[in-house]
Amino acid sequence: MAQTGGVVKPKTKRSKRFLQNREPKLTENWKNTMIMKGGNTSETVTHALKDIYALKKPNAVLYKKKNIMRPFEDSTSMEFFSKKSDCSLFLFGSHNKKRPNNLVFGRMFDFHVLDMFELGIEKFTSLIDIKNAKCAEGTKPMLVFAGEQFETDKEYTRLRSVLTDFFRGPCVPAVRLAGLDHVLHFTALDGKIYLRSYRVLLKKSGCRTPRIELEEMGPSLDLVVRRTHLASDDLYRTALRQPKGVKPKKKKNISHDTFGTKYGRLHMQKQDLSKLQTRKMKGLRKRRGEVAMETGKTRSPKRSKTQE
Amino acid sequence: MAACSIEDVLAKAEKDEAERLKSITVQKELDLDFDIGNLLAFDKNAINTRGFKQQNKDEFLRSLARDNTQLLINEIWKHPSEKVEEVVVVNLPDPITRLPREKPAPKPRPPTKWEQFAKLKGIQKKKKTNLVWDEVHKEWKRRWGYKRVKDDTKEWLIEVPENADPNEDHFAKKNQAKKERVAKNEFNRLKNIARSQKLKVPGIGLAPTGHQSKAELAKAVSVAKSSTASVGKFQERLPKEKPQRNTGKKRQFQPLIGDFAGEKQKHLEMLKVMDSKRPRLDITKAVNKQMREEDGEASERRRGKKGRRGNVPGKGRRNAPSGKGKGKGKGGPSKGKGRKPAMKQGKR
Repeated sequence: MAQTGGVVKPKTKRSKRFLQNREPKLTENWKNTMIMKGGNTSETVTHALKDIYALKKPNAVLYKKKNIMRPFEDSTSMEFFSKKSDCSLFLFGSHNKKRPNNLVFGRMFDFHVLDMFELGIEKFTSLIDIKNAKCAEGTKPMLVFAGEQFETDKEYTRLRSVLTDFFRGPCVPAVRLAGLDHVLHFTALDGKIYLRSYRVLLKKSGCRTPRIELEEMGPSLDLVVRRTHLASDDLYRTALRQPKGVKPKKKKNISHDTFGTKYGRLHMQKQDLSKLQTRKMKGLRKRRGEVAMETGKTRSPKRSKTQE
Repeated sequence: MAACSIEDVLAKAEKDEAERLKSITVQKELDLDFDIGNLLAFDKNAINTRGFKQQNKDEFLRSLARDNTQLLINEIWKHPSEKVEEVVVVNLPDPITRLPREKPAPKPRPPTKWEQFAKLKGIQKKKKTNLVWDEVHKEWKRRWGYKRVKDDTKEWLIEVPENADPNEDHFAKKNQAKKERVAKNEFNRLKNIARSQKLKVPGIGLAPTGHQSKAELAKAVSVAKSSTASVGKFQERLPKEKPQRNTGKKRQFQPLIGDFAGEKQKHLEMLKVMDSKRPRLDITKAVNKQMREEDGEASERRRGKKGRRGNVPGKGRRNAPSGKGKGKGKGGPSKGKGRKPAMKQGKR
């Protein structure tokens, strides 16, 4: 990139396209995730990070080396990495005496930390440890949250939003029905969050909708919420704001009924029936003399009105 | 008989239907919240904690997940599906859950300087055709760019204007003018970008950039003064103007041919120094050394008086003789020889 008087200018078409792809857009790219570990990590944390990377795969970057940082104390280096790899979601794993087996789920807005949740792993079973068939890589998971705490508690509501953002994958207009074979189930119970990942088996039920059987696939995590960092209401509101062009403009005079039938309303001016072209016949042809007579006839009632 | 059998059949069919639905229906106190666009479900029901504690935990969670997933799948299957390339695909609605954006919404590009001006003056864009008829070549040509119509840099013959210099190269002049126009346009473009990003507008040469220090200003003056055809030789000075400091010659060389006597003298001096057997003495170094030793001795004495005499004999013994030895060995000759090399020192 050439630097001319403070203006960054891409040198090649390719780098220009690359930079354009990273610019803010009306409809955004899918959020990418960076998964990294801190200065010290236990085996549990490393495996957990790898497993979550496996679930997220095409939309995630796994950092192989240690990155000594503390997102809750100083988030600048996290912001730097976010900018570098164009990732707005992050998962940070660390392990120390005070906070053993620590995972930090977070998301960014405009390359600044929006929300962060520190979750401690209490119990962990890896994807490899469970000897079952796995779902295909890059499957869009179905997400299920259970537990009233996810609605009543403010922190948990935000955590639900973060986890939805984190695991939902790309937004698609359609999915293959047979491809719905992965469920992530989050249960909030007794101050813990149970994350379970199941493979879905579609069984015949006799009617159109299949019966579901679940088979544990892994990873399964029992998590405890530790420190949290919630965005201020003001910042969160600006982050939520959708630009004007996203929603298609509502078209006037078109409506649909419950059955999906389309109705249109037309506004027409009153038709002038005297100029209506009827079927041409020799006998009905107008003659000059008649026209004058007809007009005289038609006008006569008006005249009578004015005279009165 | 017949009517009875029909009723039986109907009842049986109804029973079958109910049984079939049984396998896919789940009873919940509160309905789940669905967001099919994200394949998301939210079960607000309170979880039976007693059952959780009594049962195998994983089994309990799995049965809970199964029920919820069944409900989610039922909801997904209600949406219209179609067959695309032998695969059944369900069309998802737009997601309902509001999630924050990754980056703020893009801002519209601020108008360029020309656009601002055009708006002020009410100048509107006119649509022009891309191709123009070329009368000379009798063909359609581009209005702008490569192989354009009336390309004045591609002419093989130029008429020299009456009042122009006949020796001037008018082809080169036209090419130069074109290049300058292109450069100016590029510069304006960069200025527009810089303004849109609220950066400093790029300048040319030594244009004032913010606040300048005195030294910078002095340098700018001296650069400006020496930027004449005669490299500032005939430039007038202001009254009371001081010459620029630190911009003179750094090294001075003797002329190659000239002072033969002086040159001879210099070489002889050099030979004399190289020939003498006596070691050369650096008087400043020697004096510094002497002074340092004297200081050291004085401090030693002071420390000795303070009462560490008997306690650390090793240290005292080690320091004392070395100081004395140095003082005797080198201090003596330095005094004696000091005078003679003083002359040499001066000449060097």
